[in-house]
Amino acid sequence: MLSNPFSLESKTVLITGASSGIGRATAIECAKIGAHCVITGRNQERLQQTFEQLEGQGHVQIIADLASQEGIQTLAEQVPQLDGLVNNAGINLMKPIGFIKGDDLEKIYTTNTFAPILLTKFLLKKKKLNAGASIVFISSSAAMGSGIGNAVYGTSKAAIMSFSKYCARELAPKIRSNSIHPGMVETELIQGREFSDADMEADRQKYLLKRYGKPEEIAYSVIFLLSDASAWITGHALVIDGGRRV
Amino acid sequence: MDLQEFVQHFAEQFDETDASIFTPQTKFHDLEEWSSLIGLSVIGMVDEEYDVALKGNDVKGSVTIEDLYNIVKSRI
Ligand SMILES: NC(=O)c1ccc[n+]([C@@H]2O[C@H](COP(=O)([O-])OP(=O)(O)OC[C@H]3O[C@@H](n4cnc5c(N)ncnc54)[C@H](OP(=O)(O)O)[C@@H]3O)[C@@H](O)[C@H]2O)c1
Repeated sequence: MLSNPFSLESKTVLITGASSGIGRATAIECAKIGAHCVITGRNQERLQQTFEQLEGQGHVQIIADLASQEGIQTLAEQVPQLDGLVNNAGINLMKPIGFIKGDDLEKIYTTNTFAPILLTKFLLKKKKLNAGASIVFISSSAAMGSGIGNAVYGTSKAAIMSFSKYCARELAPKIRSNSIHPGMVETELIQGREFSDADMEADRQKYLLKRYGKPEEIAYSVIFLLSDASAWITGHALVIDGGRRV
Repeated sequence: MDLQEFVQHFAEQFDETDASIFTPQTKFHDLEEWSSLIGLSVIGMVDEEYDVALKGNDVKGSVTIEDLYNIVKSRI
């Protein structure tokens, strides 16, 4: 039988933020398509729930707080050799520019910007990324300046879009790096927030496909970028937004 | 917590609308300048001044400024 270039068979993939939303869907779908998953998050119970949904054998779960440098470093030490890294963990903030506090910047940048940069750095330093490995950063369409109240979040994600390109440049030709920029995806991240249910429903109608995304609809593109099917794609920023920005 | 002061803070989020028209009974969703950005600013103001985290549904569900004041007051 011919091998399937979209398969993740025999690849080991680290997925951060796997206890919820996009990260959980990514872990579940990666396992389905043959990957060995190393999943991480802070919430033990929710990480365990993801773990139980992983098909196949050889998966590992590691609790780590990526808001601390020790947490990141310990995680990098504990993980096995990797063929894929999905920097997905992230938090959100909605505030107009006039209300931004220094603490907001510190909190959001620590998790959304510093953590993925430092995790990538420690994994490289410990030579945990195999030749042929692929790095995927979950940035956001907010990196391109979309939406109001998104200045802190969007800039934290814009830095990651840029960092992904530097990874592509410095790590080529051995390791590839790409970023994904989702529009609104139905996860806990966007629930019960500053916009009312009615505002959100009106916003969904602004998407050409008339709805927000599902977590697995991001996971499928993560799989593509991790797989050999994308072997000639690096330094790319992929927007997935149901046509919102057309 | 003072109602008059709350109305004043609320009015400060607007640039075009004359501050004198704001009263506790103002139906703020009907104001021409009202927008989702001003809605976010009201949430930001309440966080900064009263240390209360409002949700979008709290703002949407309030008709008058006093309605919103009562929600904030109940959460202090
Ligand atoms: N949903 C959207 O509309 C959307 C759109 C564009 C981009 N994104 C991005 O997609 C990524 C995933 O978001 P989501 O929607 O799936 O959100 P979510 O359901 O809230 O999940 C966020 C994940 O990040 C983890 N996390 C947060 N802070 C962490 C920390 N300090 N250390 C370790 N893990 C941490 C959480 O783990 P614990 O709870 O276990 O700590 C959780 O697994 C984020 O980077 C987000 O910015 C989301």
